[in-house]
This record gives sequence, structure tokens and C-alpha cells, in this order.
Amino acid sequence: MSGSTLVEVEDLSKHFRVTGGPLGVRTAGHVRAVDGVSFRIGAGETLALVGESGCGKTTISRLMLRLETPTTGAITLAGRDVHRLDRAGVRWFRRKVQAVFQDPWASLSPRMRVGDIIAEPLVVNERLSRTRVRLRVADMMGLVGLQPWQARLFPHEFSGGQRQRIALASALITEPDLVVLDEPVSALDVSVQAQVMNLLKDIQRERGTSFLLISHDLASVRYIAHQVAVMYLGEIVEQATADEIYERPRHPYTRALFDAILPAHPDDRRPGSDAADEVPSPLNPPSGCRFRTRCPHATDVCGHAPPRTALPGGGSVACHLYPATAGSTKGPVRQ
Amino acid sequence: MTTALSLPQVRRGGRRGPRMLWQRRRLPWLPLAIIAFVLVLPALLAPLITVHDPLRGVLGDRLLPPVWQDGGTWTYPLGTDKQGRDVLTRLVYGARISLLVSTAAIVVGALVGTTLGLVAGYFGGFVDKVIGWLVDTFQSLPMVLFALVVVAAIGPSFVTIIAIISATIWAVFARLVRGETLSVRESAYVARARVAGASAPRILLRHVLPNVANSLVVMATLQVGVVILEEASLSFIGAGIPRPQPSWGIMVADGREQLLSSWWLSFFPGVAILVVVLSLNLVGDWLRDYLDPKLRQQV
Amino acid sequence: MSTMEPVLTVDGLRTHLFTRWGTTRAVDGVSFTLHRGETLGIVGESGSGKSMLALSLVRLTPEPAARILAGSVVLDGTDLLTLSEKRMRKLRGSAISMILQDPHQSLNPVFTVGNQLAEAVHVHRPELAAAAVRERVLDGLRKVRMPAPERRLRDYPHELSGGMKQRIVGAMAISADPRVLIADEPTTALDVTTQQRYLRLLREIQRETGVAIILITHDFGVVAEACDRVAVMYAGRIVEQGPVREIFDRPRHPYTRALLDSRPRRDVRLDRLPSIEGSPPSLVDPPPGCRFAPRCRLAAERCTAEYPELTAVAPGHETACWRWEEVS
Repeated sequence: MSGSTLVEVEDLSKHFRVTGGPLGVRTAGHVRAVDGVSFRIGAGETLALVGESGCGKTTISRLMLRLETPTTGAITLAGRDVHRLDRAGVRWFRRKVQAVFQDPWASLSPRMRVGDIIAEPLVVNERLSRTRVRLRVADMMGLVGLQPWQARLFPHEFSGGQRQRIALASALITEPDLVVLDEPVSALDVSVQAQVMNLLKDIQRERGTSFLLISHDLASVRYIAHQVAVMYLGEIVEQATADEIYERPRHPYTRALFDAILPAHPDDRRPGSDAADEVPSPLNPPSGCRFRTRCPHATDVCGHAPPRTALPGGGSVACHLYPATAGSTKGPVRQ
Repeated sequence: MTTALSLPQVRRGGRRGPRMLWQRRRLPWLPLAIIAFVLVLPALLAPLITVHDPLRGVLGDRLLPPVWQDGGTWTYPLGTDKQGRDVLTRLVYGARISLLVSTAAIVVGALVGTTLGLVAGYFGGFVDKVIGWLVDTFQSLPMVLFALVVVAAIGPSFVTIIAIISATIWAVFARLVRGETLSVRESAYVARARVAGASAPRILLRHVLPNVANSLVVMATLQVGVVILEEASLSFIGAGIPRPQPSWGIMVADGREQLLSSWWLSFFPGVAILVVVLSLNLVGDWLRDYLDPKLRQQV
Repeated sequence: MSTMEPVLTVDGLRTHLFTRWGTTRAVDGVSFTLHRGETLGIVGESGSGKSMLALSLVRLTPEPAARILAGSVVLDGTDLLTLSEKRMRKLRGSAISMILQDPHQSLNPVFTVGNQLAEAVHVHRPELAAAAVRERVLDGLRKVRMPAPERRLRDYPHELSGGMKQRIVGAMAISADPRVLIADEPTTALDVTTQQRYLRLLREIQRETGVAIILITHDFGVVAEACDRVAVMYAGRIVEQGPVREIFDRPRHPYTRALLDSRPRRDVRLDRLPSIEGSPPSLVDPPPGCRFAPRCRLAAERCTAEYPELTAVAPGHETACWRWEEVS
């Protein structure tokens, strides 16, 4: 499943200045929201960025959408640096990259008709007659399982799942190559999540669209992700194909995330690790391996930056349990 | 224990829920009727519903009391002033002036204020600072002094007073719209529109403005009362509508000298100002509750 | 675990909402029993009436749009629905308490933690002296395993981490030794790790105090993790209830079955997730038959004509389905 590369992210960082002092002008520090992140997304593929809130995954999505500019590093889309585009380039970019946001109650203008919401990316980017626009809107609504007559309604007349379909129809109308899905199902009922995820899968199969999926939940990602990158405090700690990461999670943080997944059956309840773990402040992350303050395997060596070890299938893991030297990727010596 | 019992489900679920009958507070019938019958209808229909001339009186009928007092007559139900003009007729024409001045001043003030507020809120930075500075300056201006200076410089007229009043109220709109724009700018649907490639003017007109419209309507309604009061005050001190136009403020001012002997000269325009301004405020409050999505859309 | 001693018995509860478009039967004849020391999960999609049910139990439904029309909610022999508002207010927080998953909404940012905890105690035990109140507050904090509780009292909520805030809210909820704790899940998902901490906190509280918990959720994963028994709600009614293992192993209602199937699982790789197509019916004029029938694969003629009442299919296991034997 490795077609041609669509998106290439190289050593991407985004630091936010934190101000302090009585006037709010003194620099109190920098939050390294994203710190030296690299990955690629193939055409027609889905990469999932998974991590707890504050890990930097949303900042990456905003960088990808040009809503923020990177501190260092670059994002290239089809060979063009996304943050160094001329006017025509920006227009091109807006058609190629679209997004679906988490909260379907907040992401649709409450005072616009659904048809206008769906048409917006088309209307602002291309000159088309009203009839053509209306036809495209009807097409898109059909694609996501809505009725064309519903274009006249307002967002508040729809359920959460339907609103996410509207957002998706709008995101797909310019036939983008990449859609950034920022927690597209986490605000929905579990029963509705399945519908939306199946729909996403169908659309990818039909149109070859690439997805960058942002999620905090490893469980729901499996069905649509080809590649999974696990983020912690601004860094990718492990990245691998979906099969690899689900069958052989290596990084202790990845395993902690798996442990947090709710059981499928009451018999699968785990006593679990101690619940005192919390993410340290990104303003002042631990030195060396950032996960060491929560890691059950932490030793003195973790005060040094961990090596990034390649995994079979093209991924990597950044942990001292997996020394880079041997090139072997056996499991760690547990306990 | 109230904090532990606060119920976000109520608020949250409400966004999906239908609007409840009980939450649309009952229409304020009396204030609406007062606004209609004391302000709007007289203003619109003045020549049709009056028989006397508002500017020229019958000198023989000077200072007649209202009809229910000794010497009163049905010809002049609310009495006449010292030039023999019918008080009721002048009240009706005064409504016309109040409505005209307030509508014009609010349209101008809201237009200027909204534009500047949108720009300041959306773009921020230096533009925001300059506009904020202007708003502060205009809001700290002593209105009466400002009006007197302007009138002394260019003379009283309709246009002057509308300009003066707009200058004193635009800042209120600018401040309101700027605040709302700031919060709407951070909303997910504005982010979505930006990702879609929408330009700043398009975002402001299609996404931000419709969402601040409710607050604007409420503010405008509340400002009508303020403007009517301002116009009356300015006219009262002679810096407003030029005589002999029958502004309510002028009528109150002119009746001052005969307050003890001919109370009706100041009393009726005074009452008109009071009930109209009060009613406008009540309607504005009601509108605010009615249009507030948080109040409107709870479960 | 549970000694089968009933703490809360709800019978025929009916809460309707009076809207512009008609009467919404949000809770339409719900009966269940909560036993001492157990956790009962109430599962349903948004719009199933589960949150309105929770609000009805503590009589905090949004008046006057919602009205509790019928039924009884008996807590330790007292029918809460017949109490005066004044007595009900006394019971809320003391006998029957609520705890939210998102602690930010439950703590007032301008008061110290100690202050808020003391207030929670004082409201229900006004006769206690300051020292006794402090002792109870500390005791509550110990019950939720707050490290170094004495040092936390003077902290403001913003000085605490998310996990600690959760514990504070937990301590507040149990400060008056409630018999029943209602835990309502927010609609927006929190981090999986936060959710895990929350469910563990509930379990710890239960172990320490023996309180009976009603856990409202849309996620069968939460049920699997934290509940002893489960009641599935659909369109204002309970369609199936029973012990949690029984329900997971032998669901006897097609809706329960579908909900269980649509949950993503890490251990099985599927190409498509089974999903329930369509959406729940409007509760304004629900059809006479089974309310799930329009979305049900097993629906037959009888299902659309006649409502199936809850019937026992195994000890403690009831379902409201005409064709339950065919639900495998």
C-alpha cells in the first residue's frame, strides 16, 4: 500500500512563545507544540496521528492546513512547499487540501443553509454557474448519503452524524487530494461513529483521496489507517504500518494507549497501571526521552535522547529499549 | 452542592433540541403598543391624522388647557401653547422628528461602528489598536459640550444633529461587534471557511456578520431610546433641532416657563419621551432574551 | 458483589417534554432497580432519553418544558417524586448525588478546593463545627486517594492537574455519604487516558463507600469496564436489561446486538464496521409497535403493530423483543 508520495513532512517544528510579566510582553518560555516531526502520506493512503490532548497533533493539522506557519521544517504537497506558495499556488492549495473538524456542532455556520456550506469551497475557488454548483452539491450530498432537497435546511436541523456528513461533503466538493480529519468521529455516538468511518473508507476507495486522521483513540483508528504515528509531547515516538502497530506495539507509550482502550468484554478488564500518570507541561518537557516520567521501564539511560530505530515496513520507534545497533526488532526484555 | 450538580448535559444537548415554547418569553404587548401608537404610527401618518398646522397657531386660542379642564375644548384635546398651536398636533409631528433622527443616526452609527468593529476584531494588531483608540476617544467625549461646539461652528440643522448623535453612538456598535467578532473568529466554522479558501471580506460578510446580527438588532433597539433622549436633550438646550420644528425636547423646553400655570405644555411631551424610551428598553431586553441562542435553545 | 438489596426502585417513570412541535416522550415508562453496591450502566444514543432519565431521578428536569407525569422513584422507602422541593433539595447531594466526567465544569475557579469541599459538607450537615467539617473533608479526600490531602485544601482549581481535579469532584460528590451516585458522561469524548482515570475513580469510590452507581453512557466499552448490570435505552424506553456478562454473551435484543457489534475492537481486524443504518425515531408521535422495528433486520408484521413488553429470558435478564430467540 505504498503508492506515490503525496505529502512529505520534514523535521517540522512549531514553537509558541509564552508571554509573562505584568505587561504580558516578557517571553516566559516556548511551548514546543511540535518538535522535529517527519512523516509522509502516500496517495490514497491514511496516516493517523494518535496521542493525548496537548501532544501537538492538532497543531500539525493546523500547519498542514496553512492556519499556522512552521517555526522550522517544511511540508511539501505534490512536491511544492506548502508554506512558500504564491497567490496562484495558494489557490491551487485550497482546492487540493480540505478539512473536517471535530465538533460538528461548532464547525458549520449556524446561519448558512447546508447547500451553501457544502458549496463554499467550490464557490470561492472556481467560477462556475449556479446550476453547475447546485449539481455538484447534489452529487456530493448523494455521495455522503444525504438527500439533495436537504440543501435548503439549516445545520441545526441535522443530527451529529448527519452534520459530519455535511462537513465531509463540503470538504470533498473541490475533489481534494488530501483531507485533514481532525477527530472526525469523537464527538459522535459510538453507533454513529461506525457509519461515518465506513463512509470515509468508501470515499477513499472510490476517489483515492488521502487522509490525515487526527485522533486520541487507537481503537477507532484501525479501520481506516494504513500508517499510524503515535505522538507524545510534540514528538513522534513510534510510527509504523497499522498492522505492525496493532500487533506489535513497541513504545511503552503506545502500549499505555492500548491499555487505556476500553475492553470489548467484561472479562477483558485489566487491573491497569496506576492512574497517577499525567502528561507533563509541554512548556517544560522532561529531558531525554519525554515519556520517561510516566514510563514503567525508565532507567538512567532515558535521560539521554533515545535512538530512532527503524521498524520493518518502514516505521520507526524512539526508545532505549530498542537500540539502533543490532537492527533486530525483537521485543524488549519485559520486567 | 450546586457546583457538583451543575448539568452540562442540559446545555450541551440543547443545541440539538427543539426550541421550547416557554422559553420564548411572551411578547411585550404593552411596550410594543406604546411604540406603535405614540411613536411609529403618528410619525408615519402625521398629516393624515391631524387637522391643525404644527408650526403656525391661532393667536386667539393661546394657552388653552386640555379638554377636561375648565376652558378646554375638543378642538385642542391637549391644549395649545402660547402661540396658539395645538399641543397634540405638535406631539404627532414631534414623533416624526424623533423617529427620523433616531433612525438616521442609528443607521449611520451602526454602519460605521459595525464596519470598524468587524475590521478591528478580525484583523487585530495595529488596525485594532487604532480603532480601539478612536472608540475610547469618542466614548469619553462629553456629548453636550461636543454638540454645542459643533452647532456653534456649523449651525443647527437636521444633518448636524444626526451627525452629532451618530458620532456619539458608533463607538458602542464598534465595541460590541469587535468583541463578538473576536469570538466568532476563533470558531471552528471560520477555520473551515479559511481552509475552504474564503477571503477575509467573504468570511466577514457570510460567516461573522450573520452571527453578530442578533446582538446588533438588540443594540440598535436599545439605542433608539438613547438617541431619542439625546435628541430631546440637545433640542432642550437649543443645540438640536432648529425652532420652530416641534421636537419633543423643544416642547419641554418651551413649556418650562409656564410650568405652574400651563403644565400641559411640558407634561405631555415629557410623558411621550418617558413612555417611548421605557418601552424601547423593554422591547430591547425582550429581544435580547428572545434572540439569545443560549436562552432560546436549552433543552 | 451486590447483595441484591434494592436501594433505588424506579417504576413506570414517564417524563415528557412539551415543545413547539408537540409532546416529546423523552422517558416513556421506565422501570429498573438499583441494588446496594452495584454499578448499573444505562446505555443509549443521544436522543434516547438517558440524560432526561438521569435528570428525572434527581428532579432537575428543565421546568416547565419537561414534566414528570407518572411513576415513582423510591429511594430507601421514600418516593422522591412526592417530596416537597425543599426536602428534595436536602436529599440532592446527600442521599443521591451526581458526578460529572469533566471536572472543569464542576469546580468554581475563584474558591479554594478546601472551601468548596467544606461548603459541600456544610450544606448537608450545618450542625458540624469547623474542625469536624475539616475532618470530613480530609476523610473524603483520602477516600478518593488524593495524595497529601492536607496540602491540597488551600489550592485553587487551576493549580491542580486534571486528574486531581477529578478526585476533588469525586470527593465532593461523596462528601455527604450518598446512597446513590449518578455519573453522566459528556457527549464530547475526553482523552482515553482521562476516561480511564475517571472510571477507576468511580470504582475506588464504590469500594470505599459501597455507594450504588448509575453510569449513563453511549459506549458499551464503558459498560464492559465499569458496570455490573446494564439497561439499554432506545427511544425513551428500556429495551433490554440484565447482568453485564449475560448481555455481552447473549444479547436478546437486536438493538443491543447492533450496538455491541458497531464498537471498534483492537483485536479483530474488519474491513467494515457493522453499523446501524437510519436514525432513532422522533419521540413526538412514536409508532405503536416496537420503536426499533424500522431499523431492525428481524422486524416482522407483529413488531410494527404491537409493542413488546419486557419479558424475562434468563434470571435477571429481560428483553422487549418479539423475536428475541432469533437474536444470537
